[in-house]
This record gives sequence, structure tokens and C-alpha cells, in this order.
Amino acid sequence: MSGGLQFDAVSVRAGGSVLLDDVTCQAGSGRLTGLIGPNGAGKSTLMRAALNLVPLASGTIRFDGVDLPGMNRRLRAQLSAFVEQSGAAEVQLTAREVVSLGRIPFQSVWQSTPSSTDDLTVDTALAAVGMAGFSDRHYHTLSGGEQQRLQVARALAQAPRLLVLDEPTNHLDVHAQLAILSLLRQRARAGATVLLALHDLNLAASFCDDLVVLHHGRLIAQGMPEAVLTPALLRDVYGVAASVLRHPGSGRPMIAYETPTE
Amino acid sequence: MMPSGRSQIALAAGLWVLLLASVVLAVTVGPADIAPGEVWQTIAHHLGLPVANPVTRLRDAIIWELRLPRVLVAAGIGAGLALCGAIMQALTRNPLADPYLLGLSAGASFGAVLFLLAGAALLMPVGAFLGAGLAMALTLAMTGLLGGATPSRAILAGIAVSSLAAAATSFLIFWTATGDSYREILSWLMGSLSGATWADAGVVIAAVLLLGLPTLLAGRALDAFAFGDSAAATLGIDVARLRWVLLGATALLTGALVAVGGAIGFVGLIIPHVVRLVTGSRHRLLLPIAMLLGASFMIWTDTAARSLFAPRELPVGIITALLGAPIFLLVLLRYRRVT
Repeated sequence: MSGGLQFDAVSVRAGGSVLLDDVTCQAGSGRLTGLIGPNGAGKSTLMRAALNLVPLASGTIRFDGVDLPGMNRRLRAQLSAFVEQSGAAEVQLTAREVVSLGRIPFQSVWQSTPSSTDDLTVDTALAAVGMAGFSDRHYHTLSGGEQQRLQVARALAQAPRLLVLDEPTNHLDVHAQLAILSLLRQRARAGATVLLALHDLNLAASFCDDLVVLHHGRLIAQGMPEAVLTPALLRDVYGVAASVLRHPGSGRPMIAYETPTE
Repeated sequence: MMPSGRSQIALAAGLWVLLLASVVLAVTVGPADIAPGEVWQTIAHHLGLPVANPVTRLRDAIIWELRLPRVLVAAGIGAGLALCGAIMQALTRNPLADPYLLGLSAGASFGAVLFLLAGAALLMPVGAFLGAGLAMALTLAMTGLLGGATPSRAILAGIAVSSLAAAATSFLIFWTATGDSYREILSWLMGSLSGATWADAGVVIAAVLLLGLPTLLAGRALDAFAFGDSAAATLGIDVARLRWVLLGATALLTGALVAVGGAIGFVGLIIPHVVRLVTGSRHRLLLPIAMLLGASFMIWTDTAARSLFAPRELPVGIITALLGAPIFLLVLLRYRRVT
């Protein structure tokens, strides 16, 4: 494995409960890695641990061989970006101002105005998520989907080599979901390491290069979608009955859920 | 939206002019008729500049000893309170945060009165700071107990802390003070700058310069809090350290301001919200502009307080509360989705 994000025997505890139990997995550089599992499986915790937002009880997390949680926070912010699940935020910032928050790790305390690199990066990021025409719109006047796209653009403005996203397709309609995932895959193809949590298994199957399956804080499976998504796994992890078909064009797995009969 | 570079400079320059004009004009307001030119002359004279025809000794005393220190105290308190409010609103992501509403001012009043009645009048700022810090810690702890920081929970906790501190203060006064000192303390408690001296001006201005100005450097870091602590942390901000440093600075600053001017409410709420309408929420611009506007605002509310019902003086806190309460409601309505 050439590089990327490597979780090694990672455990996280909060209070008396074990959120992650000895998880070893990876997200390769140049690849789009999907993190799947039911609610409470530990997906968010795994991502937050990588970015030092929750402390590790044991284990190591390395990015390109370097201890990521232990890294200087500013340097970490210059190479990794995180898009959280968004809650209500009443901020009086314009779309462009939200995206330029992503340049904070690159700006000194004494610098009074953004550099030309900052401006260019912000414009490029806005255009990448199709929000270039919204620069001056106020964030709180935008739809949930538009806000989500701006959060992704803000992350892109950090020019990260590692992108971590917690359900970035929430609130989005199908078209926007596909647009965001294509954009992320493009980033991966350009060499970035992209790790994202997804709920929609069919989206995960059709876009991700690798899948990591968590359940009750444990690693259940990882590998290519074809290998990971089996009827047995869907039954054991999600408690659903489903057939796994092949997409006639791409050959990727497609999940057809059985509806419980009366 | 954030105004362009040139209009930012124009805005700041305009507010500096407004502030200087406010200082001079406010000094001319009062029972003795004084012209703006006399104010300039007196200031120049005391700064050691050559002055053609100095004003009479009596007028000099009115300008230099009575009115100017008071105007400068008002400017410093306005700038400081506006800054504290803006910083607290950003750090706690609470549009209703204000040193008064979160109980800091009441806590500071208690500390100041305690030290005053214990015979340590010179240490009043220290007592006020300790009181403000304690009240802030209590409010934040109670907000946590209520199940996490939403603006309305923080306000409820602030009300509880304010009431507690106010009751303790009243008890202290009831127990020890008599007659004149009772009235004096009461008027100061409601927020009054009457009798402000150069020593008061020194305390206030030193506090604003030493505690307030350095926080302006945190402007960009405060922007990073727009989407919460985790978002700020992944933008490279040392969230815990920044919060402690800035909340500590606001508690210290509030303490110094309350020790001199009493608990003047709502300035920290009104000014940042008005400024945000013009500048947007980028703190590198918001913080200094709020300080400038807060200074002029306070000069004129205090001038109104001492001249509206002259020769009687209204505590200036009553005027700021009169203006602030409706704004509080407006902010509450505007943000009802997140409170």
C-alpha cells in the first residue's frame, strides 16, 4: 500500500462504553473509500479520531506514515479537511466567506487581506461545486443542499491531500448527490485520499473504490464493493434481506432489498 | 456581505471622525456654556502645546477635571463592552451573549461591592474581575447542566446567576451601608458614570488597550467558530486555548469596566448586531468597528443621561436598557430557529 490513511488497532472509549474496538483499516491514496454501517456503528467516531477530535484509547492513525492526530494542528489543517454532518447554523456570512474559511490554516495572524492564491483557490472551489454564481448570497438564505455543497467547497479550499466527509450527500437530491460524489472521485483520481461515510449502499457501491464496514465499533469487512457487499453481510450487519445484482454496464453491485411480505 | 477594501477604510475613518467629534461635542454639553474651540484649546494646553488665549481657570476645571474624564470613561466602557459582547457571541455561538445578560456584570458588581465595603476601594477592579470570572464560570457550568449550549439555555443560566449575584449584592449593602453611601452604591449599580475622574479614565483606557486590543488579533480565529468547535479545530485553531484566553480577557475587561461604571447592560448586545448589518460577520472587521461605534454610542447615551433631566442624573444603564431591550427581542425573533 503506497500511502493514505492507515488505522492500526484503534480503540476509542467514552465514559464506560467502547465506541471503537481494535479497528484496523485503511483508506488508500488516490482512492475513494466509503465507510458504511448502521447508525451507531462508529463511523463518525473513526473519522473524528483521525482528525484528533476525539482521543484514542489505544492504537495509531497515520497519514502517509505520519501520526495524524498527534500532528501540529495547523499543519494537519493544511493537509486534511473535514466536512461534518451539518446542523442548523445561523451565520451571517456570504457563500464566498464560508468557503474562504478554508484558507484560515494558510493565513497568518497579521495578514489583513487574503492573498491572490487564497482568492483563486476559493473561486475554484466555488466553481467546483457549481456555486460560483452564489458568491454573494447569504449562507442562511440557501437550501440545505446548497449549504452542504458550500461545506464541501470550504473543504476543497483547504487544498487537502486527505478529505474526510461525514455523510456529505445528506439533504441532497439525486442529481446533487451524484455531482458531489463524482467531484470527490475526481479528487481521488487526482491523488487525494478520500474517506466518506455513506448511508446509501447503492451510492457507495457505484462510486467507492473500497468499502470499510463497521458494526458495533468493530471492523466487519473491507475491500472492493464486489467483495464486501454480499447478502450475508447485509443480513448480519443491517438485518435486512436483499439480493445483490450486477449493474449491466459497470458490473458494480446493485442491492435490491426484499420487502417483508404480510 | 463584507464591504470592499476601500469602503472598509472609509467606514473606519468615518467612525474615528465621529468618535473625536463626539468627545469634543459631548464635553460642550452641560450647564456651563462651552464652545468646541475651548475644548480643543484646553486639551492642547494640557498636552503642553502652545495656546494663544487659554480659557479661564474655572472653565478649564470644568472641561479638564469634570467633563473630559467622564467622556473618556464613557468611550472606553462603550468600546470595551461592545468588544466583549462581540467576542462572547462568536465564542459561544450565541447571538444573545453579552456581559450583562450572561451574568458577568452582576458578578462583577458583587465582587466590586464586596471589596468596597470591606474597605479596599482601591482594589475594586480586582474584586470586579474575580466576580465576573466566577459568574462566567457559573453560567457556563449551569448551561452545561441544562444539557448543552443553546442560546436560550445560556440566557436562562445567566438570569439565574445575575439574580443570585444581585441578591448577594443587595444583602451586602443592606447589611453594611447607610444613608448616602447606600444611594451612591445604588446609582453606581444601575450603571452611572457620574463623578468619573482621571483615575477612572486611566483604569478604563488601560484595560481597553491592554486587554481589548490584543484580542483583535484573534479575529480570523473567531471566524473559524462559525460552524462550531469541531469545524474550528479542523481549521487548525487551538479551540480550548483560544476559548480560555479570550473568555479570560473578556472577564478581566468586564471587571475593570464594571468597577468604574457599574453594570451597564445591552451595549455588548446592541453594538455588534448593528455593526454586523453593515460589515457582516468577519471578525477582523467586526471587532474594531464595534469598538469604535460602541465608544461613540456610550459617549452620547451618557451625555443624555446627565443632561436630559438636569440637574438630576439618570443612571446611564437605564437608557441603554431602554434601547437594548427591544433589540434583544428583535435578535430573539431573528434567530428563533436556532435558539
